[in-house]
Amino acid sequence: MLHLADLTKVYRGRAKEVRALDDCSLDAGPGEFVVVQGPSGCGKTTLLLVAGGLLRPDSGGVALNGEDPYSLSPEDRARWRSESVGFVFQQFHLVPYLTVLDNVLVPSLAKRSDGAGERARDLIEHFGLGDRAEHVPAELSTGERQRVALARALLNRPKVILADEPTGNLDGDSSDRVLRHLGEFAADGGAVLLVTHDPQAATYAQRTVRMADGRLCE
Amino acid sequence: MTVWRLVAKEIGYRRLNFALGAVAVLVAVGCVVAVLTVLSGYDVRAEGIGDAQEARTQDIGAGLKDDARRLMLELGYNVLILHKDQDLGEFYAQGRASKLMPETYAEKLAASRRLMVRHLLPSLQERIVWPEQNEPIILIGTRGEVPQTHLDPKKPMIAAVPKGTMVLGSVLAQKAGLEVGKQVKLLGRAFTVGKIHERRGNEDDVTAWIDLAEAQELLGKPGRINAILALGCLCVAQTPGGVSKEITSILKDTQVIELLREAAIRRATRTAVGNRADQFVGLEKTGRESLRLERAVLEKWVILPVVLGCVVWVGLLALGNVRRRRTEIGLLRAMGVRAGQIVSIFLARALLVGLMGAAIGYAVGFVVAAAWDAGGVALGGKAVGVAALFDPILLAATLVLAPLLSALASLVPAMMAAQQDPATVLREE
Ligand SMILES: Nc1ncnc2c1ncn2[C@@H]1O[C@H](COP(=O)(O)OP(=O)(O)OP(=O)(O)O)[C@@H](O)[C@H]1O
Ligand SMILES: [Mg+2]
Repeated sequence: MLHLADLTKVYRGRAKEVRALDDCSLDAGPGEFVVVQGPSGCGKTTLLLVAGGLLRPDSGGVALNGEDPYSLSPEDRARWRSESVGFVFQQFHLVPYLTVLDNVLVPSLAKRSDGAGERARDLIEHFGLGDRAEHVPAELSTGERQRVALARALLNRPKVILADEPTGNLDGDSSDRVLRHLGEFAADGGAVLLVTHDPQAATYAQRTVRMADGRLCE
Repeated sequence: MTVWRLVAKEIGYRRLNFALGAVAVLVAVGCVVAVLTVLSGYDVRAEGIGDAQEARTQDIGAGLKDDARRLMLELGYNVLILHKDQDLGEFYAQGRASKLMPETYAEKLAASRRLMVRHLLPSLQERIVWPEQNEPIILIGTRGEVPQTHLDPKKPMIAAVPKGTMVLGSVLAQKAGLEVGKQVKLLGRAFTVGKIHERRGNEDDVTAWIDLAEAQELLGKPGRINAILALGCLCVAQTPGGVSKEITSILKDTQVIELLREAAIRRATRTAVGNRADQFVGLEKTGRESLRLERAVLEKWVILPVVLGCVVWVGLLALGNVRRRRTEIGLLRAMGVRAGQIVSIFLARALLVGLMGAAIGYAVGFVVAAAWDAGGVALGGKAVGVAALFDPILLAATLVLAPLLSALASLVPAMMAAQQDPATVLREE
């Protein structure tokens, strides 16, 4: 399903070049929950950005069901993201002025669908946020916020979830819940690429990959 | 989720930024509307004042022309109608015409519609020695001007002398020791002195005027006259000799003597006065034109800076809004929201800022202008009134242009927002 082949990404900063990805390859099939672990600065976030069609690699290929997002025009790549990829971030990145329901509905801005409202409600209910639907992010606990972000990532039924330290700010119980929901998504046939330091994550994953200096070693 | 819903929610959340933008538009629109409305009120008022002024100027001009005409009349008549067989040598030498014409000639002439002469004055003149006073005099029988009924009744230059009364020249009155109201006899008939003229320095000073019919009776020439004086048309276009032809075509056995020099002076004076009067009105008009120009300059230098200031202000606020929403934009982009949609989010917001500011700004500006109009009548004239001040075109233009300008001001920040790289933004804490 998700196929990352020989990716190289070099940041050319002011000071010196940083080789964030160095000939890095990874596959995640349907229903596969892959955890990527590694020391800080080894290139995990870079890998997710490249895989999500947000950062063009210097070399190597990205393919989701055979489609390379970087061969598309920027507009088409945006459409591709809205249809194929769900992101979850450590900082949640919820829209502060929107309610839980509206936050979950934000992806419908990019990809219109008739049943979006109903699906959003179902997701909110499923993530135990039913009585929080009209609250704004500031009124939620951090665990609740991350569940909202997860619901949002799932709204458009993506093929792959790219999660960058989603449990980094959460306590044990909340982390557990988020990881369980990610596991459900994989169980339904989606692919999950989870970057984390959380040792708990390994228990939900089919596969754990270690990363160091821009390289992966299983 | 739609762009408008997102925009509405954001506005509700960041009311201050929105309000500041709307206030900027409000101030600018308020200023522009107030200035334009007050100025249009001034225009209406100035138009009224100007019209009155122009009418006054025109009145003065007409008065001048009228004065000139009257003064010219004082110069006397410029057309003299005598019998065809009257010998001019005798006429000039004796100062009287011996050939007589029927008095009805005057009526006949007066009845003609094509005639270019006015103020027809038939008379019977004789040089006689006043037997009772032993004084040589000019005796003139007059009935005043023959009315030309098809014309506007003009004030006659010479009034009739009532029967039984006598009008005297000053020298004659002095020599005979006569005063107004005294009884005096002429050729055996009693007259009352009705009026004594001031000294004129010509033969009028030794003239006595009596009623025409009485003169005809006393001189034994009933129904006869020997001269008709008239005033030729003052039209500039009139050619010398034209009047003469006209009269002789109506009164076959007359001859016409045109006093050409006087006619020429009359024409020249009339033309000169007329030109001056027109020039006067023209000056008034150029004065108003230059005022209007000055107004246009004022509009430019008040309105332009205010509008420009507003555009910059709105643009800076939009930029602030974009900077605050960096991660939000990055997130939207990551979720596949297209760059054009990002631009439209900020433009829609700018349109609302402009519309809100324009609606309230128009109301405020108009109220200020109306209050100014009602209170500030110092300029003179009456208040123009709300109905006359209201200009639907200005309202429509405001509601269209202010949002457009606001959107234009926000265009660069909106493009900057769309250009942001989500990968960079989402990395930030
Ligand atoms: N824009 C950039 N310019 C230059 N260097 C960068 C840039 N972004 C990241 N890097 C560098 O690239 C390397 C990989 O960064 P990346 O964010 O992918 O690491 P990471 O594995 O996600 O680290 P962490 O676990 O701390 O989040 C780091 O050394 C980082 O300093
Ligand atoms: Mg990272």
